[in-house]
Amino acid sequence: MRIDVMGDAMIIRPKGELDHHYASEIREKADRIILKGEIRKVIFDFTNVLFMDSSGIGVIMGRYRLMEAIKGSVCAFGANQRIKDLIKMSGLSRLITIYPNQQKALEVK
Amino acid sequence: MNYINEMKIQFLNKSVNEGLARVAVASFCAQLDLTVETIADIKTAVSEAVTNAIVHGYENMSGFVTVCCVYNLNEIEITVSDYGRGIEDITEARRPLFTSSPDEERSGMGFTVMETFMDYLEVKSSVGMGTTVIMRKKVQV
Repeated sequence: MRIDVMGDAMIIRPKGELDHHYASEIREKADRIILKGEIRKVIFDFTNVLFMDSSGIGVIMGRYRLMEAIKGSVCAFGANQRIKDLIKMSGLSRLITIYPNQQKALEVK
Repeated sequence: MNYINEMKIQFLNKSVNEGLARVAVASFCAQLDLTVETIADIKTAVSEAVTNAIVHGYENMSGFVTVCCVYNLNEIEITVSDYGRGIEDITEARRPLFTSSPDEERSGMGFTVMETFMDYLEVKSSVGMGTTVIMRKKVQV
């Protein structure tokens, strides 16, 4: 997994199968950076996620709560149809926007 | 159910085994000529059931999780069992967004996902004895 920081935006790029086992690693690595206090926007890049279950929803939800508390935002891009369906099923689509690509995700304030 | 093949695997309740369970069930089901979509549905449901067994089944103790899978030409049945603490109120546990582990960021979507991706879901549990989840999916071979 790679995390890129661009200004006040952080892009989390999980790779492979996003399950409960992997979720704890993502959470730890992401929160270590968020808690430094400079990030205002968390972007999930799902381009290389081949599988996701509801643990992925938990990870997004957790980061959303964290960012909401500091008036920041969370969004995503690169999600395949299955991931989009899962996000919709959980009601998370009311809280986060899924953009078609990284550029769009970075553009929106 | 009259089945034509069956498999059973058992592993410790370590989260690293979630991937093992998915791959094992997916490979077994691939013996039938299923669509990529159907296999993905099954993998997701298995992942949810096995994660529940690992996260909630034994609290901080270790124990085994068993996954059984049988099929015939109409249906696949998957059973995921733990022998841990059991669920007191199954109706409450199955309610969307209910979670007993909010600190661990469990979304409470596990049973909802299983219900959505499979055609049948049954949860049997007894406190102190463990929990069994039975899921079925219709297939056209």
